[in-house]
Amino acid sequence: MADYTTSEMMTVAAARMLGNGTVCFVGIGLPSTAANLARLTHAPEAVLIYESGPIGAKPEVLPLSIGDGDLAVNADTVVSTPEIFRYWLQGGRIDVGFLGGAQIDRFANLNTTVIGPYDAPKVRLPGAGGAPEIAAMAGEILIIMSQDKRAFVDKLDFITTAGHLTGGGSRQAAGLTGKGPTAVITDLCIMRPDPETRELVVTDLHPGVTADQVREKTGWDVRFANDLRETGSPSETELMVLRDLLKRTAEAHGTGK
Amino acid sequence: MAKICSLAEAIGEFLRDGDTVAMEGFTHLIPHAAAHEVIRQKRKDLTLVRMTPDLIYDQLIGMGCARRLVFSWGGNPGVGSLHRFRDAVEKGWPHKLEIEEHSHAALANAYVAGASGLPFAVLRGYTGSDLPKHNPRIKFINCPFTGEQLAAVPSVRPDVTVIHAQKADRKGNVLIWGIVGVQKEAVMAAKRAIVTVEEIVDDLEADANACVLPYWVVSAVAEVPMGAHPSYAHGYYERDNRFYTAWDDISRDRDSFTKWMERHVLATRDWAEYRDVLAKTGGKV
Repeated sequence: MADYTTSEMMTVAAARMLGNGTVCFVGIGLPSTAANLARLTHAPEAVLIYESGPIGAKPEVLPLSIGDGDLAVNADTVVSTPEIFRYWLQGGRIDVGFLGGAQIDRFANLNTTVIGPYDAPKVRLPGAGGAPEIAAMAGEILIIMSQDKRAFVDKLDFITTAGHLTGGGSRQAAGLTGKGPTAVITDLCIMRPDPETRELVVTDLHPGVTADQVREKTGWDVRFANDLRETGSPSETELMVLRDLLKRTAEAHGTGK
Repeated sequence: MAKICSLAEAIGEFLRDGDTVAMEGFTHLIPHAAAHEVIRQKRKDLTLVRMTPDLIYDQLIGMGCARRLVFSWGGNPGVGSLHRFRDAVEKGWPHKLEIEEHSHAALANAYVAGASGLPFAVLRGYTGSDLPKHNPRIKFINCPFTGEQLAAVPSVRPDVTVIHAQKADRKGNVLIWGIVGVQKEAVMAAKRAIVTVEEIVDDLEADANACVLPYWVVSAVAEVPMGAHPSYAHGYYERDNRFYTAWDDISRDRDSFTKWMERHVLATRDWAEYRDVLAKTGGKV
């Protein structure tokens, strides 16, 4: 098996979660990389929707911004931004929302707003974008994030986007319709919500990763599933397609080394 | 009626101190040239509305033109932070900036409500988010028919909306295509609208369902080639990703930002001269 990086493992593991034919609302960055890898490997019929308006986007290279022209060129259609949020998302047409975030807690709530108090923030983050409504109304949510103690925190300073709120039945009680986050894919492992408590539990460790490494990079006392599995390492094809995609992207954006 | 004029005249006549201004364009067709002209003419106390503040509002905020910002995602797309926006919110430089923060869905709906002549927008949104705790302009109402709880936000009704488009004809009818974002809604919601275009042509050659803004909903049209740079204009030029990356360094520091703006914007007569200076400096301070 070829060598691969932890970041490649994360992207491949996330891509595998996206079924063929799935209608997916894609966030920019890591989610977009994973969703396009899925489309270029096992899920050629996945329908990718970006909040800027493209539906059925098939970009040649990864977009650097959510509204890159390449997203529009090969899309099935391009609609206005209000239409995306009103007819397609709120209208209930999205199977999977694919998101990233700056911070996450044990119930997969996300913070992309502030570190510190809202009115006197230590760090002002970009804000909500489309995430609160995507996470509320897509059939389910996949979250992809590099694992770090500053990102996987015990308590969020701000809940931008509701995951499973305070756990148990709190998400449903709040009136949120979709299933919410069903998996969090990191560079070390895959976490899934416990069926009862909805707390994130490590269900899969990536090859070579130990439970202690995951503990060290998680800000809460993280739990592990009894039947803890090992993620399958990336195949030659997955790695080749991913590397080609990233290379094309760097060349196209002039951001290559 | 659309007045065909220079950008300086359009801003001079239709965009005033204290106005609520929406400059829209979702990554695509961001009206950068128009924002530079607002900075040159030293407009102040503006309420700036925009889903993604981007570099365009980073510049206006850093130059002290804005009193208040209404937004839903404030980053440098694909790069990281907007440093001038952050400095204003975190440290109050060059002065304190009031913010009204939303989600994209809410702000997109608020433009639709504004264009529809309604006082507020209603959506299924914000549930479980902390945003309503900090933004008093997000409220919840019950559906009069089913009782379902829904979010309500005030409509966006700008004094003036500014957009960039690909083409206008000589009467001032405007054609826009590709990722059209919320531009049509933003224009229809506003009292006045200023449009910069890549070119003015004899015939728009627009299909029946094309996104055309008729001349009589537009106040002024100015021909400004490359007027969206470093954003892009579909069919004309691509996004200048290098500039977005370079902006991270230029804007990180107050002094380097100020020097850059003085050299490239305040010391230039117009967008054409700015483009010349930019070519010479290579974007460096």
